[in-house]
Amino acid sequence: MKNNKSKIWKKIRVNWMLYLFMLPAIVYYIVFHYVPIYGVQIAFQDYKIGQAFGESAWVGFKHFQRFFNSAWFGTVLKNTLTLSLLNLFLGFPLPIILALLLNEVKNMRVRKVVQTMTYAPHFISMVILCGTVTMFLSPSTGIIGMAINGIRQAMGLNSINVLSVGPAFKWIYVLSGIWQQTGWGSVIYLAALSGVDPQLLEAAEMDGANKVQRMIHINFPVLIPTIVIQLILKCGQMLNVGYEKVYLLQNSTILQSSEVISTYVYRSGIQGAQYSYSTAVSLFNSVVNATILIIVNQITRKLSKENSLW
Amino acid sequence: MERKRKWRNQCRADRIFDIVNGILMVFIFAVCFYPLYYIVVVSFSKQVVGSYLVPNGFTLAGYESIFQNKDVWSGYANTIFYTVAGVLASLVVTLPCAYALSRKDCVGRNLVMGFIMVTMYIGGGLVPSYINISNLGLINSRWAIILSSLTTAYNLILARSFFYTTIPDDLFEAARVDGCGNGRFFVQIVMPLSKPITAVMALYFGVARWNSYFTEMIYLRDLEKYPLSLILRRLLWSIEALEQMIEDGLIENVSHAMKEVELAGIMQYCLIVVSTIPMMIIYPFMQKYFAKGVMIGAVKG
Repeated sequence: MKNNKSKIWKKIRVNWMLYLFMLPAIVYYIVFHYVPIYGVQIAFQDYKIGQAFGESAWVGFKHFQRFFNSAWFGTVLKNTLTLSLLNLFLGFPLPIILALLLNEVKNMRVRKVVQTMTYAPHFISMVILCGTVTMFLSPSTGIIGMAINGIRQAMGLNSINVLSVGPAFKWIYVLSGIWQQTGWGSVIYLAALSGVDPQLLEAAEMDGANKVQRMIHINFPVLIPTIVIQLILKCGQMLNVGYEKVYLLQNSTILQSSEVISTYVYRSGIQGAQYSYSTAVSLFNSVVNATILIIVNQITRKLSKENSLW
Repeated sequence: MERKRKWRNQCRADRIFDIVNGILMVFIFAVCFYPLYYIVVVSFSKQVVGSYLVPNGFTLAGYESIFQNKDVWSGYANTIFYTVAGVLASLVVTLPCAYALSRKDCVGRNLVMGFIMVTMYIGGGLVPSYINISNLGLINSRWAIILSSLTTAYNLILARSFFYTTIPDDLFEAARVDGCGNGRFFVQIVMPLSKPITAVMALYFGVARWNSYFTEMIYLRDLEKYPLSLILRRLLWSIEALEQMIEDGLIENVSHAMKEVELAGIMQYCLIVVSTIPMMIIYPFMQKYFAKGVMIGAVKG
């Protein structure tokens, strides 16, 4: 036993430099990740600015109760779920379809060009994407905003500013997301498709299967494991609608239909200085996310063991 | 006979598929390409309206007023600073750590890996992080921007799997016999062999830094420290506010205000072009590295 221990120490001593290599990253994770995790306790306390974590008085579930009883609770939950589900139903299948179709393009140069173009929007920053959306939808100068009003006028309806119409927000959010992420999302499926056995495709062709049949019966099944894992991960993010995009697209007139949990946390926490309350809101969010992830993974494990995350 | 007809039918089905697929590809290409093209066209126009394929009255007025604006210059300089300094710092933190984590003879590497991976699933969230930065005295400091996002668990895992598969164990053993320590081995042998992963990492960190705005928005107070993204956001919002004021009838000299909105409108298109150009220039060359990163990352663990 003692001998074993000294052996380990010797190994560590020999490779001391490797621990030095890890040190900056470890310090970074402690200072900028673990300290905030420790700070989540303020959700159960009355935190006052200037206090260190752990110095505040405990108040139990007060802040959670306040959130559940507030008028915003239902609104932000509904908006978050709406954006998330709409994004899942419309945004999830498209990269798969795009990958299957791109895979059938046999001219390599054409394929390359289309691929390069569809990846490009992914590298545009959120500020620019949302700025572009706002500009395009402007009723006086925007290319899409004017088109919408043109159509409405032809139908005898009055002009509108789409950006201040509440119900339109979710569509603006989801469709711009599809434009930005579909191409990049297909990368992982294209990689999986390169693993399809060419002999299998050839045999199917010999047997008279046409391209569509080969796509559905040979290529698509290869993608299923990847699809399942991506789907589980997406479900675990169900309530994680990030503030970055929503915050840039929303405005005060449509706050009721655009405020999601994360922007609510930002508004009440950083702007409104209700530190403990907003931490409680975001902790609630994380707990729900984790629960959904576990449930979905359990279901998947029941259905097919090898496709689950753990 | 029967068989031959079947074969011919097959071919027709495939031909129809190819045509439909081709049309779809052209459509998809256009949907991705046209908005970007349109932005460039408008940025050279006198008027936003009517510039669909070519500028409606060619002018450089938008670019002139952008380059006369000192906030744009300082924003550009700040963005470049945050990107370059941030990428260098991220590489210095990420690559050595990932290499150490890839070494099978490094006792406790799984412990450290677990310690890092926990943060992929559990986090303090926005407000505790903000309080943390505030308690460290980093509010309104450029350090907050550089330090608060030094590395990510995802990139560490990516780099680790690269080292895992490309640097054989024997290589270090051989070097050790020749009296080469871990430090020299990493700098003189591992790094030169790791150009692809260094490129991927630099690009991932670089794109994230170049495009970031939220961290800067909550941690920075002074305009002169703002990156370009925040300058652009200010311009966008000021135009929206001005338009709203015109709509609400709060402005007396409407025609003058309209002119201002028009120029500011062109300016935002110009600013978008100016701030996206570096990305769009390097992007086609780097695309394969990006995609490669996704592939390495797709390998579990």
